Formats: sequence, structure tokens, C-alpha cells
Amino acid sequence: MNKLKFRSRLAKDKALLWAVCFLAALTAVPLFAILGEVFLRGYDQLSWSFFTEPTPTAYKAMKAIEAGEPIPGGIANGIIGTMIMLGMAVVFAVPVGILCGAYLAENPKKRFAQVVSYLTDLLQGTPSVIIGIVVYIWVVVPMKGYSAIAGSVALFIMMLPLIIRSTEETMKILPASLKEAGLALGGNNARVMLKVQLPAAFGGIFTGVLLAISRVIGETAPLMFTALGCSFIRFSIDKPISAVPLLIWEFFNDPNLQELIWGASLFLLLFVLTLNLTAKYLAKKWNQ
Amino acid sequence: MNDKLYRIILFVVALIVPIVCGGVVYALVTDAYDAFEHFGFFKFLTSSEWSYTEGSERYGALPFITGTLMTTLLALIFCIPFSLPVALFVGEYFRGTKIAAVLSTVIDLLAGIPSIIYGLWGFYTLRPIIMALNISSQGSGVLTASLVLAIMIVPYAASLSAEFIKMVPNDLKEGAYSLGATRAEIIGKIIFPVAGSGIFSSYVLAIGRALGETMTVTMLIGNTNNIPESITSTGNSMASIIANQFGEADDLRLSSLIAIGLILFLITVFINLIGKIMIKRARIV
Amino acid sequence: MESVKPILEFKKTCVSYTKQTIAVKYVSAAIERNTITAIMGPSGCGKSTLLRAVNLMHNLYQNIRVDGEILLNGENILSMEPIDVRRRVGMVFQRPAPFPTMSIYDNVLSGFVLNGIKLSIAEKDATVERCLRSVALWDEVKDVLNKKGTFLSGGQQQRLCIARALAMKPDVLLMDEPTSALDPIATKHIEELLVKLQEEVTILIVTHNMGQAMRISSKAMFMYLGELVEYGDTDTMFSNPSDGRTKAYLTGKMG
Repeated sequence: MNKLKFRSRLAKDKALLWAVCFLAALTAVPLFAILGEVFLRGYDQLSWSFFTEPTPTAYKAMKAIEAGEPIPGGIANGIIGTMIMLGMAVVFAVPVGILCGAYLAENPKKRFAQVVSYLTDLLQGTPSVIIGIVVYIWVVVPMKGYSAIAGSVALFIMMLPLIIRSTEETMKILPASLKEAGLALGGNNARVMLKVQLPAAFGGIFTGVLLAISRVIGETAPLMFTALGCSFIRFSIDKPISAVPLLIWEFFNDPNLQELIWGASLFLLLFVLTLNLTAKYLAKKWNQ
Repeated sequence: MNDKLYRIILFVVALIVPIVCGGVVYALVTDAYDAFEHFGFFKFLTSSEWSYTEGSERYGALPFITGTLMTTLLALIFCIPFSLPVALFVGEYFRGTKIAAVLSTVIDLLAGIPSIIYGLWGFYTLRPIIMALNISSQGSGVLTASLVLAIMIVPYAASLSAEFIKMVPNDLKEGAYSLGATRAEIIGKIIFPVAGSGIFSSYVLAIGRALGETMTVTMLIGNTNNIPESITSTGNSMASIIANQFGEADDLRLSSLIAIGLILFLITVFINLIGKIMIKRARIV
Repeated sequence: MESVKPILEFKKTCVSYTKQTIAVKYVSAAIERNTITAIMGPSGCGKSTLLRAVNLMHNLYQNIRVDGEILLNGENILSMEPIDVRRRVGMVFQRPAPFPTMSIYDNVLSGFVLNGIKLSIAEKDATVERCLRSVALWDEVKDVLNKKGTFLSGGQQQRLCIARALAMKPDVLLMDEPTSALDPIATKHIEELLVKLQEEVTILIVTHNMGQAMRISSKAMFMYLGELVEYGDTDTMFSNPSDGRTKAYLTGKMG
């Protein structure tokens, strides 16, 4: 009888192991399904002109479809728009985020720092569509129009908490002796921070910035209410501008442009995943 | 640069965070005010009408609150049977091995995929399957959106749960083994009870993610402004109605959409706050 | 003559972490029923490793190999189901670790809960009282049985862990430096307890404390670099060790 009991318990034990392995493996399937689908449907659209030409008009695309030709044009307007907005957001979010993170790491006990820390979490958890609404109210309404500036403000707000957190966490795990050694050599807090602590934390902060970029580069909803989109290549920052995710959304909604969805998605996906993997690789390398 | 100036600079820069947060709340409240004043706060929450015929405009948030709650809840239900095994795989069974590292990388990458691409995948791959299985005729709907949403929140729930599972002291596990327990019994009777509050909090934070997810839901939920009758019917979530109509709205409709945004913001903040508090408690134990 | 047949017997037992690092080398020894056997030796000598082999703790970790034989009542445990062996061989660890989510009452019964054995309430009550009495904890905790075990002092927690192991009525109780995390008074309590307990269970205890070994054990093993150097009556070993290495250790010239 005892033997029988063992057997059923061991069977249950095995069953759980297999169930865990099976379900865990199943969870990995969507990644490959998505990668596979986007790659198979998108790779033949990628060409030189896809990256250098702006989106075709619906009319041109329709003509091409009628003639049985591939749709002309590409996503250059989106790529440039994304670069401009992302660039502006990064330029502001990186220094501000690092200084905020340094402040939090330096004053963990201060009441104000705890408030800032909590609000950083709050900001990080705020749905991106809300950020879009708020930037619309802040920037688009007073400027009386959609613009690259508005879009980059939205990206800035989304990146900020991510950079703050990664800076804070990296600086917190720096050995205290590092700072003490710097101070003992006669440096003041500011010098020690700039010359010792920040350089030592560079790896972690850099990875954090890469991850922050990869997190916001695919954001669509907030850009819909701020940058709006634009069908030609544009460099001015006070006018509506396009972005790669915005183009995907446009293509999705326009039956004539649907063919372009997959090329644009493939580009975005590869970009995001490469950034992710690079960040992960660097983090591992710098941790050793 | 002297120390005093340095401290002041850090402090001033850190002020940006409260200013931004205050600005978010201020902007949402002032611009939602019209809608709340016109319909009454409670009426706005409980009305299920959404009609923008000029002259008889009526807006209520109930269909969208319902839509958000339904998609989030369903996504949570679908997510658990996958995220929990992943957490056990990474945090217990294959802890520290190469294969666990591979799986966590895959899960991380899953978290990195932009939501618009999840939406595309759901629309072009999952929706036809739903139609072929005769679950719903048009394929879009609460169910389809929830399924994809579930995949999107698996990484958040799984990686945090795994962290808590890893924190269960080895002493306890060895103690339980020494009493003759199998691994399955240890997972059920030691690991889950000990890591339970932490695992629970990771699901609370996953809910916080799902609540505000916009593009995926917008592309898959079917975009009808009524209360979904069943999980296969179409509807709209708070985030998706905003994404759909914000660009074309003005005046009262715009204010109503912003009011919905404010409600969504408050719900998300509340859920995240609970999750964070629970995590802090779970870490101390 | 029952005492002739040993309850536990090591036969050329080896434990290796990798092919190069062999932690326990060809240990052979027979343990008599209802004795306390102390295993001594400098740190890293393999004493804990040998102890953990007896309830197949090494099976939990990959790469650890156990060779030779370990006989429990004449049966080789290395070819038995681990969960079966571990129920018959209890273990108490260095650091007391009562299950934090369970009450004191449930901690004592945790072996049954974990093994999925259902007991009636009367059986439960009787088991809890019996085990807590045999570790002399009953009077201290009988009014707080529903409180969490983690509120107890270190010594009390360790006694609770012993009670937890005793509840399964093991043939052999393994103890891996059970008092090293405790203060002297708690240590004394546990030592007194063990001397009494040997009437119901055979005890194998790893200790780095020579005084402790002398006070409680009737048999002693001395291990050095994975080998069993000497095994015999505790008194004889302390008064007249037969091996030079044992003598060096016992007189403080080694370890």
C-alpha cells in the first residue's frame, strides 16, 4: 500500500515537471510566431528605396496595385521623424534622468527623495495613452498644432522614469568605499560624483538608456495625439511629423497601403530586439 | 563647483518629477472638468450612452470601464497558466542553468515587442483562427484582445514571480525534502505559501500593465461603444476609445475622453500603488 | 541478539562533486541502534557531506555522485526512492528553519502535510503533544500552538525542527551541527535532549565541538580529508586515540 502511495506521489511530481516544461516552452512560441510572421511577410519589402523614400499617397498606391506593381515608396519620413523626436527626448531625458537618479541614490532617507521615488514609479506605471493626452493639453493646444516637439515631450516623459530608476539602481550597488575613497582624497561631493561615481556607473546607466529607447521607440498612442504624422520627409520640429509606429498604424488603417505594414514592422521589430539584446549583453559583460 | 551648489542643482532637477506628475493630474482634472460638470461625476461613470449627434450629445464611461475590466481580468486569467510555469521553470526547476537563461531572454524579448506589432499579429494571425474556430463571426472582440494582452503581460508577471520564488530560503526547501516531500509537494506547500504574497503582487503589477494597454486592444476589440454582452462580443476599453476618437473629438466629447483618461489614470495609479506596497511587504518577510 | 545487526552501515561510501574532487572516500562503518554517534573533523573533511548522503540530500543537486553502499536495516538506500528514505531518516540542519507560513502546531505535523498523509484530529493532537514533549518544548508553547514558529527563540526553533523530524518516527536522526547557531544555554538544553532521545532514535551528529561530542556521544568518528580515520567508543578515542591525526586534532594541533 505504501509503495502504491509513493508511486502516485512520484507520478504527480513528474507530471508537474512536464507540465511546467511544456507550458514554459509554449510561452516562448508567440515570440517566434511573431518574429516568423513579420519576417516572412516583410523581408521582400526591405530594399534601399524602402529606407530612402517617403510614404506614397493612397492614390499612388492604388494605381500601383491596379497595375499589379509593388507599391512605391518607403518609410523614410517615419524613420527621420522617429530619429528627430527620439534624439530630442534623449538629449533631455538622459542628463535629467541621471541627475534625478543620482539624487535618489544619494539621499535615500530624505522625505522628499522618497516622494520623488514614489512619483517616478507612478510615472512609469502611467499608461502611455494618458501621457499622449497630457502632452496634447500641455504642448499641442498652446502651440495650436501638432509638432515634433510635442512628440518628443511625450517620449521624454516616458523615458525619464526608466533612466532615473536604472541610474539609481546602478549607483546604489556601487561599493560605498568608492565614494569614501574619493572623498578621502579631498574631492567634494560634486567632484566625486562626476569623476568617480558616474563613470563607475556608466555601464549600468548606458544599458538603462538603451532599454529606455527600445521601450519608447515603438510607442504609438502618445504620438497619435502629439506628432500626428506626415506623409513627406520633414526636418522642422514645430510641424507635424511622422514616426515608424505611426506609419504602421496608418498602413493598418489604409487598405491601399496594407502591403507596407510588414516591412515597417520588420524594421521596427529588428531595431527594438537588437537594442534589447545589446543592452542585455552589455549588462552581462559589465557586471563581470 | 562647491557642494552647496551641487546639492541645489540635484534638488532642482529632482523637482522635475513632482512637477511632471502634478502637471499630469492638473491637466487631466481641468480638462475633464467640463464633462463631469455637464453630466455629473456619478452619472458620467454609470451612463452607458455614447452619442455624438450634435445637439443631443451624451457621453458615459460605463461601456469602456466595463471593457477595460473585462479585457484585463480575462488577460489575467489567460496569463496565469503560462506565467506561473515560466516562473517555476526559471526560479526553481532550472534555476541558474543555461536553459533558464535562454527562456528568460525569450521572455524579456516578448516584453520588448511594441504593442502595435502585437496588435498586428493578433489581427492577422489570431483573429482568423478565432473566426475559423467559429468562436465569433468577425473575429475581433473582448476575447481576442484579452488573449494577446495575456501574452503581453506574461513577461511582467513571470519575471517578478520568479524573483520571489528564488528568494524562498534553501533551508526551508531542504528541511521539507528531509521530511520526505517530493518537489511538487514542496512547490505546493512550501514555495507557494512562502512566496505567495510576492507572486500575488507581481500579478497586481501585471494588471496595472494590462489596464492601460492601448494599441493592441484598439486593433482587436472591435471598437463598438456598447457594454460587451459576452466575452466574444466587441466593445471598447478606456484606452481604445481614447485612441480611436481623440483625434477627431472636440469640446464636450474631447472633455469626456479626457475624463475617461483621468479615470483610467486613477485606476492604474491605485492598482500600481497596491502592487508596490505588497511587493515591499513581501520583500521584508 | 538484535544489537548485533547495525541499523545503518556505510560500505565503501564515496561522495564526489566532480571527478577530481572526492569529498568522501571509501568510508565503511556500522552504526549501532539507539546510540549517538558523533562525526568530528576539521572543516572541509567531508563530515557534513557524509551525513547528507544518508538521506540522499545529494540527489537534489546535479553533478554530485554517491558510490558504494549505505545500508539502512540491511537495505541499500542508494537504490531506494529518496522520498521513502527521507521519511525513515530525519534530518536537523545547522540553522533552525521552521516553516514560516505554518503555526507551531502545523510545523510539527509538516511531514504529514508534505507527504499528503491525512490524520484525524485526535491523532494530530496526540502527535503534536508527543513530539513537543519529547523535545521538552510542550510546556513552553502549549498555549501558543497556533502562533507562527518563527516567533520562537533560536533554541526553541531548533527544538521545533527536531520535533518536526521526530513526528515522522524516523529510524535514524541526522544532525548537522545543530547547535552551532545557538547560545550556550540553548545548546545545553539540546544536548540534554539528545541524550534522552537516543532511547527512541539512533542519532548521527556532526559537530565541530569536541566537548559536545564527549558529553553526548557513545561512539565517535574522526574524519580527515574525506577519509574515515578512526571510529570507535568516544571515551577510548578521547583518552587513547589510535591514529596520530586524531590525536593531533583532539589536542588542538590541527583544524
